Amino acid sequence: MNAKLFAYAPAPESRSVVEIASSYGLFIDGEFREAAAGKVFKTLAPASEEVLSEVAYGDEADVDAAVRAARAAFGAWSAMPGAERAKYLFRIARIVQERARELAVLETLDNGKPIRETRDADLPLVAAHFFYYAGWADKLAYAGCGPNPRALGVAAQVIPWNFPLLMLAWKVAPALAAGNTVVLKPAETTPLSALFFADICRQAGLPKGVVNIVTGDGATGASLVGHPDVNKVAFTGSTAVGKQIARTVAGTEKRLTLELGGKGANIVFEDAPLDQAVEGIVGGIFFNQGQVCCAGSRLLVQESVQEELLDALKRRLGTLRVGDPLDKNTDVGAINSAEQLARITELAEAGEAEGAQRWSPPCELPGEGYWFAPTVFTGVSQAHRIAREEIFGPVLSVLTFRTPDEAVAKANNTPYGLSAGIWTEKGSRILKLANQLRAGVVWANTFNKFDPTSPFGGYKESGYGREGGRHGLEAYLEHA
Amino acid sequence: MSTPDTHSSARLSVLKTYKLYVGGKFPRSESGRVYEVTEAKSGQWLANAPLASRKDARDAVVAARKAFGGWSGATAYNRGQILYRIAEMLEGRREQFAAEVASAEGLSKAKAQARTDAAIDRWVWYAGWSDKLAQVVGGGNPVAGPFFNLSTPEPTGVVAVLAPRSSSLLGLVSVLAPVIVTGNTAVVVASKAAPLPALSLAEVLATSDLPGGVVNMLSGDTAELARPLAAHQDVNAIDLAGADAELAAELEGAAAENLKRVLRPDGDDWAAEPGLERMTAFLETKTVWHPIGA
Repeated sequence: MNAKLFAYAPAPESRSVVEIASSYGLFIDGEFREAAAGKVFKTLAPASEEVLSEVAYGDEADVDAAVRAARAAFGAWSAMPGAERAKYLFRIARIVQERARELAVLETLDNGKPIRETRDADLPLVAAHFFYYAGWADKLAYAGCGPNPRALGVAAQVIPWNFPLLMLAWKVAPALAAGNTVVLKPAETTPLSALFFADICRQAGLPKGVVNIVTGDGATGASLVGHPDVNKVAFTGSTAVGKQIARTVAGTEKRLTLELGGKGANIVFEDAPLDQAVEGIVGGIFFNQGQVCCAGSRLLVQESVQEELLDALKRRLGTLRVGDPLDKNTDVGAINSAEQLARITELAEAGEAEGAQRWSPPCELPGEGYWFAPTVFTGVSQAHRIAREEIFGPVLSVLTFRTPDEAVAKANNTPYGLSAGIWTEKGSRILKLANQLRAGVVWANTFNKFDPTSPFGGYKESGYGREGGRHGLEAYLEHA
Repeated sequence: MSTPDTHSSARLSVLKTYKLYVGGKFPRSESGRVYEVTEAKSGQWLANAPLASRKDARDAVVAARKAFGGWSGATAYNRGQILYRIAEMLEGRREQFAAEVASAEGLSKAKAQARTDAAIDRWVWYAGWSDKLAQVVGGGNPVAGPFFNLSTPEPTGVVAVLAPRSSSLLGLVSVLAPVIVTGNTAVVVASKAAPLPALSLAEVLATSDLPGGVVNMLSGDTAELARPLAAHQDVNAIDLAGADAELAAELEGAAAENLKRVLRPDGDDWAAEPGLERMTAFLETKTVWHPIGA
C-alpha cells in the first residue's frame, strides 16, 4: 500500500445488522432440524479465523429425508399455476432486497470477500436473479421448450463457496420457476447465507419442502447427487468433482448441468484503451480475490505494449487495499479457507520454480486469517503450471503475443473454455476473435459482467449447460 | 358497515374530487368541464369526472413525449421493478378498487373482487416481460457474410390508448401495461361511462416510482379526445380498444397521416391470458450490422 498517496481512516461496515445464531440445523420440509446422526461442524470467518457458528452435518439419512420432502412437495408445486409460483419468487426477490445489507455483511463474514462486493455485486444480482426468473414462471410456454414444458422433478444442487448466495440464486430461482423442488447443498466453508435464505423462504410463505437445504461437505454432496430419487443434478465447482459427478449420473435418467473451472484469457491489443484495460485486468483477476471460475487469470498482451501496460498495471496494483473485508474501502479481502490458501501458495511457488518472475505490490497482510497478496507473474510460458492450472486466487499470469492468430491460439490452448476478454478499439476484430474463441462468455472492453438475463457457462471442460437467461430455464424443463 | 358504530353512522364521508393525471400531476380539465358519472345499476350519482378537452389531450401528448426519453432509456429491469411496484400498490388498495369496479360495472362484490385481483396479477405478468421480450422476439441473425447482425425490439414512442368501454380496470390494465412495459409512454382515454377506476389507478401510478408523464390519464368523451390524438403528428401509435367500429375506422384513417401504428379493436376477452400481440404492436425492430474481421 502506498501510504503517501492514500491514507484512509478505517470505515468498517457494522456487524450489528446481522445476528448469527450459535448453531443451525438442516432445513428440511420447512423446518430446521438436527442432523440424524447429531454431527455438527464449525464455520469460520476467514478474515479472522473466528468461529461464526456451528452447523449440522448432513449425511446420507439427512439427504434422503430432504429428497423425500422435496418429492412430496413436487406435485403441488409443479401443478400450481405459474402465476402463483411467480408471486412466491417475486416475494423472495423483494425480501432479498429488503434484507440485502444484512445478507451482505453475513456473506462477507462467512466468505471473506469485501463488503463492497457483497453489497454492490452479490446481493443486487441475487435479487435480480429471483426477479428475472419469477417473471418466467408464468411464461414457460415462451421459453423455447415447446408449448407445454414440464418441470423435471427434484433438483439436487451443489454450490461452491466463492459466491455462496449468488450461486444459490442461480440454481434455485430457475428451478423453482420451472416448477421443480430443490435440495441444495451449500459449500462446507460458507453455509450461513443459504441457511438465512431458508428464513427468507419462511417469510415468503413458500410451501414446505419446495426448498430444502442440507449443509455438509463433499460426502454430503456426493450422497445428494447419487440419490436415486433426484431427477436433475446441477453442480458448480471444480472440474475434478464435476467429472466425478458426470460418472455418478452416467447410466441414470438424471439430467445434469455443470459449471466448472476456467483459465480465462484476457487479450489486450496494442490499440486498446490501456487505462480502461488495466481496470478490466484488475477486476478480472482480483475481484473476489481471484476466486472466480471465469477470472481473467491469463493476461495475453500484445508485445508492443507489454511494457507500457505492465507499468500501468503495477502502478494500479499499488493502490489496491488488502485487508478487513468489512471495511468499505477494502478492494481485496481474505482467501476463503486455509485449504484454498495452501493451494494458491503451492501453485505460486511452482510458478517461481518453473522460472516465471513473481511480483506483488508492497502490502501488509493481517496477522490472522487467510491472506494472499495480489501477485503478477511475468515471463510465463504456456507450459508453466500457472498458465495451465486454475489457481483460483489473486494470481495473474502474463503471456505475450504478436498477431491476433497467435492470441487466439494461446487463449484456446487450455482444456477449459469458460470466459475470455478482448481489449481493442476495433469492433470488427472483437467480433472475429469472439467467433474464434472457444469460451462460453466473451467480454469485450469489459470483464466480469453478470446479468440474470445473460446465459453463463462453459465450453469443453468448463462444463455444460447454461445458467441465466432463457437458456437457464432449459436446464430445468422437459420439452413438451 | 354492519358493526354498530355511533361515530360512523353519524359521520358524513369525505368525497374525492376525481382529477386527470398529466405529467405526474393531477390537474382539473383546463376547460373547467365535468360530467356526471353514475352507478352502473342504480344510476345513482357517483362523482363529477373531468370532461377533458382537446387541449388537455395535447398537453398529455407533450407530457408523454417529454417522459419518453427517460422511460425508454431505463433498463428493462428497472421498468419491470416499477410495474411490479404498481401491482404492490394496487394490492394495498384492493378493497377500494373492488368497490369502484363493482359500481362502475354493476358487478357483485365477489365478481368485482375477482376482476380487481386479475388486474393486479396482470401487472405482475407484464412486469415479468420487461426483460424477456427481447429474448423472445429479438435475436442474432445468421446473415450470409462476415457480419454480426442483431435485431432488438424498441418502443415506438407515444401511444394513445382508448381504454375498453366496459372493463373499467382489468380491461384498462390489459391495454396499458403492455404499452408501457416496453418503454413507450401513454395517453389514455378512460372509459367514458366508467372512468373512476382509471382515475384512481392514476393515484396508484403516481405512488409506484413510475416517472411522471409515462402514463397520462384523461376522462371525457372518447370521440372528442380520440380525434385530436389520432390526428396528432407527435403520437406514434394508437390502440383503438375503446372505439366502436365506426369511430375506429375514422380514427384509423386519421392515423394514416403520419403512419401511426394502429391496433384495431377485436372483441378482446380481458379475462384470458394475453399473448404478446399487445406488446409487439407498439414495438419497432432495430437491426444492427457490424463487420467481423481483422
